[in-house]
This record gives sequence, structure tokens and C-alpha cells, in this order.
Amino acid sequence: MMSFRQFAKHLVILVGLTALPILSNAGDLGPTPPKAKMNFSDNSKCVKPIADIRRNHMELLKHKRDETMREGVRTKDNSLVECIDCHVTPNKKGEYARFGEDEHFCSSCHNYAAVNVDCFDCHSDLPEDAAKILRSSNNPHNMTEGGKK
Amino acid sequence: MSNSNHTNTYRRKFLAQSAAVAGLAIAPGIILNQVAHAKSDADKASSANRWGMLIDTNKCNKGCTDCVTACKTENAWGAGETHSSEEQQAQWIRKVTITDKQTGHVQSLPLMCQHCETAPCVDVCPTGASMKREDGIVQVDKHICIGCRYCMMACPYKARSFIHEKLELQKPTAPRGIGTVESCNMCAHRVDKGQDPACVEACSNAQHGAMLFGDLKDANSAISIELKKHGGEQIRADLGLNTGVRYQGL
Repeated sequence: MMSFRQFAKHLVILVGLTALPILSNAGDLGPTPPKAKMNFSDNSKCVKPIADIRRNHMELLKHKRDETMREGVRTKDNSLVECIDCHVTPNKKGEYARFGEDEHFCSSCHNYAAVNVDCFDCHSDLPEDAAKILRSSNNPHNMTEGGKK
Repeated sequence: MSNSNHTNTYRRKFLAQSAAVAGLAIAPGIILNQVAHAKSDADKASSANRWGMLIDTNKCNKGCTDCVTACKTENAWGAGETHSSEEQQAQWIRKVTITDKQTGHVQSLPLMCQHCETAPCVDVCPTGASMKREDGIVQVDKHICIGCRYCMMACPYKARSFIHEKLELQKPTAPRGIGTVESCNMCAHRVDKGQDPACVEACSNAQHGAMLFGDLKDANSAISIELKKHGGEQIRADLGLNTGVRYQGL
């Protein structure tokens, strides 16, 4: 039989252990994604209400991807390219964060939530303006724009 | 008053006729193309069209690789795959030289996905990634491609390649990445906007005009008229694939 003193000791340890992660994370306000280039419209910051887009962006993107890829629909609504163009912005020095870095819009949350996405295996993680410059400067054998010899 | 009305009517008719004549005379292909391509961004690719290409091997310049370069530029391949061997590297389009051993006649032609009506690559794909759009464009849906490369084996034209290494800085219009198969998609993103594929445009810019792009289902398109008049062969016609890419002078 456990004495009251022992019980109290265990209780303190238990409460302490439970509180540890909460305490150690005190001051962590969650991911801090960089600001988008601009508001989508006067009434709305993004293409959908923020709560909706945070929860459902993957569904919207997936729906759009099939429409574009398989049916040739080329509207800008819910297009990944449009997301990247608006959300992936340079820092004060004019440098772009790449996917995987906490400063990149997508990975700022995805790193935090430890959710892995494969989008950027195939899609560019930068707006085309920025990608174009890197494409020509990065690679001495580059045959694409800018690097064309 | 009535006299001036007469003049106006005459003038109007004359202008209308000369405009029509000029339009036809300058560039019948371009004008017909624009009409045929008319698709808004929201429209789906339609089975009312079938996009095709006609390549005149006699006009194709032997040393010229402008179509290949244009394809590389448009779709950002051919660079950056530094860890892949030459056999492994992407090849959406290539120049092929054929020599007739008897006569010594040398021919040069661009070879790419032939956009078959009954495409073997689509038949064999276990996931439905290798697909044909309603308008006849054959392509890989890399979202569901598992990289088995069965389609590469099935293709009689060796038109497909597999990406062996991690890539970056792809074009927004041409996503491509490790573990997936790819091939010419007739520049679907350009076709959807009413433009010609990059290779066709480059060939025309180089003043060779060996490549013609258009709608095979539209009897009035430049490509249909030319095919009706002079015909166009399929490579490996014996396979009965009804290719969308046809050749003249083979």
C-alpha cells in the first residue's frame, strides 16, 4: 500500500512530466510563414478564407491538378503555380528560400507539422522569374534560356 | 447621294475581298490554326480535335537541331541531369539520320512521341498515368506514375525516358521529377493557348518549315489539306497505331 507521502511524490512527478513539453515550448507561437506578395482581393487575403485554405489547400490543388493535367483546363484558380508566384517571396536581401528551409512558405508549416509533400520533386519551388535566373547561373552546361550557347 | 452610296458599297466589297485574299495569300496555315485552336482557358481538351504533326523530311536540314534545342528550352530538359549517363538522360525529341544502303540517300528527321491513337504505352500502364487526352495528346500524368517503365518498353519509337535523379528549377509549364517517365506532350500547355509546339515554331523560325502542326479532324486545317493532297506516312505503319505524327519523303 502506497503511503500518502509517496502518492503525493508520484503525483508531482507526473504533473511535472506532463507540463514539461508545454513549458519548454512556451513562447513557440507555431510556424511563421512569410507574407504573401499581396492580398487576393479587397475582401479576401487568399483565394479562400484563411481557415478553409489552411485546412483544404491540398484538396483544391489535387482537384485542379487533375483538371489541368488530364483535361487541359488552364484557369488560374487553385493553380499551384499561382500559389508559388504569390507566396514564395524574397527576403530583404532579395534571396529566395528553397523548399525544405523554414523560411520557404510551404515548408514553414510543413516542417513544423512534419508533413512531407512530394510536390516539389517535380514542380519548381520558386516563381519562374527567380527560377529562370538560377537556371542560367547555376549550371555551366545549361542549354536552357540564358545559358544557351 | 445615290452615287456616293454606290461608291461606298463598291469600296466596301472591294476592301472585304482584298482583305480575304490577302489573308489567304499571306498565311493560310496561321489563320486556319488560330480558328482551329480557339479554346479558352476554362475549356477542356475536346475530342472534336486531334492534334497532329506533319514532318517533311526533304525540308528537314541535316545539320540542324533547332527543334531539339527549342524543346529543351521550352520544357527545361537536357541540362541539370549531371549524374545520369548519356543513355539515361532525358530525350523528348531527337534527330535521326537514315541512310539508304543501296542508293546512299541520307535523310534526317526529328523523332519524338508519335501520339498514337491506340498507344501501346497507354495500354500497358498499370496505374493509368500514361494517358491520352481527349484531343489525342499522349502524355504521362506524373502524379500517379510509379516509375515502372513498362511504357518505355512498350513504345516502338523509343520516345520515352525516365528521370534517374533529383531535379530542381523546372518550368511551371513542364513539371518533371525523379522516379517518373516523361516524353513529348506536343507542348500541351502551348497548344491549350492556341500556339504551335516549340519545335514547330523553331523549325519555322529557322526558315525550314519542315514541321506542320494542326488539327487532323478539321478538314480545312493546313495539315489536313496537305495530308489529303500529298499524303503522309506513319513510321511503323504495320503496327496499326494511327500515329498523330506523320512524315513525308521517307
